[in-house]
Amino acid sequence: MSLKTFFGGIHPKYAKELTAESPVEILSAPETVVVPMLQHIGAPAVPTVKKGDEVLAGQVIGEATQPVSAPVHSPVSGKVVAVTDRPHVNGRSVLSVVIENDGENKWVELEPHPDPVQLDRSVILDKIRAAGIVGMGGAGFPTAVKLRPPKDAAIDVLLINGSECEPYLTSDHRLMLESAADVILGAKLLAKACGAKKIVIGVEDNKRDAVAELKKHAGAIEIVLLDTKYPQGGEKQLIKAVTGREVPSNGLPFQAGVVVQNVATAAAVAQAVRDGKPLVERIVTVTGSVINEPRNFLVPIGTPLHNLIEAAGGFTEEPGKVLVGGPMMGMAQHSLDAPVVKTVNGILALSKGEAVVPEPLPCIKCARCVDVCPVYLLPLRLEAFGMHEMWDEAKEYGAMDCIECGCCTYICPSKRPLLHYIRVAKNQIVAMSRKQGN
Amino acid sequence: MEDLKLVISPSPHVRDTDTTEGIMVAVLISLIPVLAAAVYFFGFSAIRLVLLGGATAVATEAVFQKLRNKPITVWDGSALVTGVLLALTVPPTLPSWMIIVGSVVAIVIGKQVFGGLGHNIFNPALVGRAFLTASFVGSMTAWTGPFDTITRATPLVVGAARVRLPDLFFGSVAGSLGETSALAILLGGIYLFYRGILDHRITLGVLSAVIVMSFLTGANPVYGILSGSVLFGAVFMATDMVTSPYTPRGRWIFGVGVGLIIMLIRTWGSMPEGVTYAILLMNAATPLINRWTRPRIYGQGVQRS
Repeated sequence: MSLKTFFGGIHPKYAKELTAESPVEILSAPETVVVPMLQHIGAPAVPTVKKGDEVLAGQVIGEATQPVSAPVHSPVSGKVVAVTDRPHVNGRSVLSVVIENDGENKWVELEPHPDPVQLDRSVILDKIRAAGIVGMGGAGFPTAVKLRPPKDAAIDVLLINGSECEPYLTSDHRLMLESAADVILGAKLLAKACGAKKIVIGVEDNKRDAVAELKKHAGAIEIVLLDTKYPQGGEKQLIKAVTGREVPSNGLPFQAGVVVQNVATAAAVAQAVRDGKPLVERIVTVTGSVINEPRNFLVPIGTPLHNLIEAAGGFTEEPGKVLVGGPMMGMAQHSLDAPVVKTVNGILALSKGEAVVPEPLPCIKCARCVDVCPVYLLPLRLEAFGMHEMWDEAKEYGAMDCIECGCCTYICPSKRPLLHYIRVAKNQIVAMSRKQGN
Repeated sequence: MEDLKLVISPSPHVRDTDTTEGIMVAVLISLIPVLAAAVYFFGFSAIRLVLLGGATAVATEAVFQKLRNKPITVWDGSALVTGVLLALTVPPTLPSWMIIVGSVVAIVIGKQVFGGLGHNIFNPALVGRAFLTASFVGSMTAWTGPFDTITRATPLVVGAARVRLPDLFFGSVAGSLGETSALAILLGGIYLFYRGILDHRITLGVLSAVIVMSFLTGANPVYGILSGSVLFGAVFMATDMVTSPYTPRGRWIFGVGVGLIIMLIRTWGSMPEGVTYAILLMNAATPLINRWTRPRIYGQGVQRS
């Protein structure tokens, strides 16, 4: 069977063996959980509770008041002790509901549905929205919004993303192995919700055991083996690899007739529609060279990062860098008090040696960045434009098409921070167009 | 877990192990077979010229950077590569002071005046070689045969038909130090390709253009490739990263352009060989080629459904 793939990309050290064999362990909620109102792209949820309120697990504590937003639920039963700004994994402070866990795990009454596939499209969409489900692969776009593109858009393919191309992470891998039935049910519900006739699940060929597991439940759903290459799970790359189509520049996947959803999102949808359960927990890989016992946990949203690290045996030595997400697109953390949110698929702790940021040398125009760029940009030019504040040229050379995968910075033998300067240029281009708009 | 001193930096957080210094070292390693062949065929002179060329280049770069109060970066290995490459393109009998002058010119005029590593437009070693050829025509064309010091004509001058093919392939002919042994050059080229440093599009572009032009002009394409410095230029000189295009299509155009100009000079020019000027001319065209061959960006020109 030939593997599907895209043009460009890199083969970093995957280091998935650290946790690929470790089954998901349930981590009970800590004494205090911190639940941010912003766990997705879009407008933050608005708190519906105040200090002193008693809450039940699964109860709405933040409601979506804007079209692009998602509600937030309490992962535990207990008492609200504060509604205040707290450190967030995005590096800022975000309005959060702090709940003291009473340890009783009392739930709101859930509305299960024994035969969820028979439900109407609008009912499925409502349940997905009400459950606060957002893209769990990392981006966090509200799922219900993504399933409802403009009326004239014809969606024919639902693509379920099981590639998990980020090195180190195995949370999706373990999910597919241990909850394949949920992934498949979620895929069917998602397909019904967006009107796609065809469902394809894409999985990198380093997870053949997960493919075998999915196939047991798949029925008519097609499962495609993908080349193990980063960023195979990038939305645009996955669409190109599986369907041969390209998402228009500056456009969205529905314009190519495709909706892409992560496997963890699909499993969450299954639980939301079948069991009536809102999104209040997720699988997180805790790994890295300085983690004592790397492993996978199912944790309540709102659990501080340090609780997970302690549960994994703590650090073997003082870490140099702690990331949320994988090493290619993850966010460096300054505080381990920030809590797990819906988009956190992994915690990666790097040693002091691994955390050293190398000194850049002059660009020797080796063009490796050009050869690996999965959107066919000229990263070396964009970097120069970003450094020299040539915003118009950066735009002209396609800076806004950059998906920020980081392949260019990774491959550069002169250790130049190419992506950093491309980001600078993108921010300036966005700022300029806002100015012109006003 | 308080008081951790955590590094905050933008993604990505892992880097490839290959470095610019590593690339320079790999180029030097790839030159070992060529160097060995040069020593075998031309003796001590090869060692003399390569050592002088390399050492002068490194010293010149260090002095130049010191004078300009810039950080001294000779440890990146690029100056050494330039000096060694230059030495491999000169005749075995070249006087020592001439290689020193050529090496100084290569580093100062070819590289440092443009701003150093990565900023030069022309291949520095070839700038040095062009300077030497223009200044010391006699010494730069005083070819001696292998294993002796008798002046002989190169295969390009005597005509291909009078040279045995195995001699051309293994390198037992008159010529510049590094250019005579096709076998040694191929070994180095294969190593560089395997290490991901040699861009096959440039090398194959040069060679295919020479082959096609040889057919068109009625010459023997095998002799066309094996004689003179075509192979050395196609493997070690045209593929210089700094001075060749960075777009995929641009590299083909660059390589084919080099091959065409070589054959134009050889066939209709007044010089027997044209590799140096062919590459320098295409170096000059590189910024334009880059501009004209920008890749189509993913999703551009795609119809929205």
